[in-house]
Amino acid sequence: MEKVFARTKGLTDVSFSFCPGCTHGTIMRLIAEVLEELDIIEETIGISPVGCAGFCQDFFSCDFVGAPHGRAQAVGIGVKRALPDKNVFTYQGDGDIAAIGTQHAIHAAARGEKITSIMVNNAIYGMTGGQMAPTTLEGMKTSTSPYGRNVSVDGLPMDFPKLIANLEGAVYVASVSVDSPKNIAQAKKAIKKAFQVQQAGLGFALVSVLSTCPTNWGLSPVDSLKWLRENMMPVYEMGELKVTEEVKSL
Amino acid sequence: MAKVDILEKYCKSCGLCIEVCPKKILEIGDKTNAKGYFTVICKDQDKCIGCALCATVCPDVAIEVYK
Repeated sequence: MEKVFARTKGLTDVSFSFCPGCTHGTIMRLIAEVLEELDIIEETIGISPVGCAGFCQDFFSCDFVGAPHGRAQAVGIGVKRALPDKNVFTYQGDGDIAAIGTQHAIHAAARGEKITSIMVNNAIYGMTGGQMAPTTLEGMKTSTSPYGRNVSVDGLPMDFPKLIANLEGAVYVASVSVDSPKNIAQAKKAIKKAFQVQQAGLGFALVSVLSTCPTNWGLSPVDSLKWLRENMMPVYEMGELKVTEEVKSL
Repeated sequence: MAKVDILEKYCKSCGLCIEVCPKKILEIGDKTNAKGYFTVICKDQDKCIGCALCATVCPDVAIEVYK
C-alpha cells in the first residue's frame, strides 16, 4: 500500500492552534505543499502578520519574521531587497492587508515588489472577536454591526484583489476559495503560480483566499463553508483577475 | 485496497471529512484526544476507496490516505 496523501514536509509537527473547522489550516497546508513541490522550503522566508494568521511561524518549516500589524509587506520588501535570492511571502488576514496595511499592500503592488502575498479573507476580524472589517458583506451581522452592515453608514465591502489587479506592478492576482475539494485544487494552483512568478522575478503576486470563521460567524464548520459559497463567492470576483503575458508563458 | 488513517493528535472533530466522504464511512468516535476533542474514526476501512477527499478538506491535516 502506498501513501497517497501525507502531511507535507513544509509543515512542522505542531498542531494548528485554530478553532475547529477554520480553513486557515487548509490554506497553510496548500502553501506548505507548494513550497515542498517547488523545493524551496530552505530558501523561503515567510512574514507573519498580526491576527489569527500571526501564529503561522510555528507551523511552517521555513524561516519567519514577525511584522507589526499590517506591515508584513514593508518587512517582506526589506527582506527581499537585502536577500534577493530568497523566496519571500507574506501571509495575512483581510484585517491586516486590507485595512490596517492597505497602504503597504497598494504601494508594494504599485512598485512591483518581487514578493508573494497570500490574503486570507473571512470578512471579519477573527482574533479580536469578529468585528466588522472592510471586507464584511452588506447586511452581515458582526459584533460591531449587530443589525448587519449598513452601507449608508459603513460603506460597501472592498474587493481588495480587484483593486490590486488595477496596478501595473501586480503581475498575478487571483481570488480563490477553499470551500470544496475542487476549489482547494484551484487554490493550490493559484498559490503555486504566485510563487513561480516570484521565482521568475516578474513582479508582485497576490492570491486572495476566501476563508471561514465558524466561531465568530456562529455557524458549524460545515454550515460555514455553505455560507461562504452562497454569500461570499457571489460578492467577490473569483478566479484569476490578472495574468500578464509573461506569467502566462511560465 | 485503500486505507484512511486519522492522526488523532491533530483531529479537532470539525466534521468536514464526514460531510465530504463519498462512502460515508467516517464518523465522530467516542474517544477523546489530548486536546479533549472526540476524534473522527473510520467505521469500515474495507469500503475506503482512497479518494483522499477527506484529507483534502481536513483543515488540521489530520488525515493520511493509503492506496
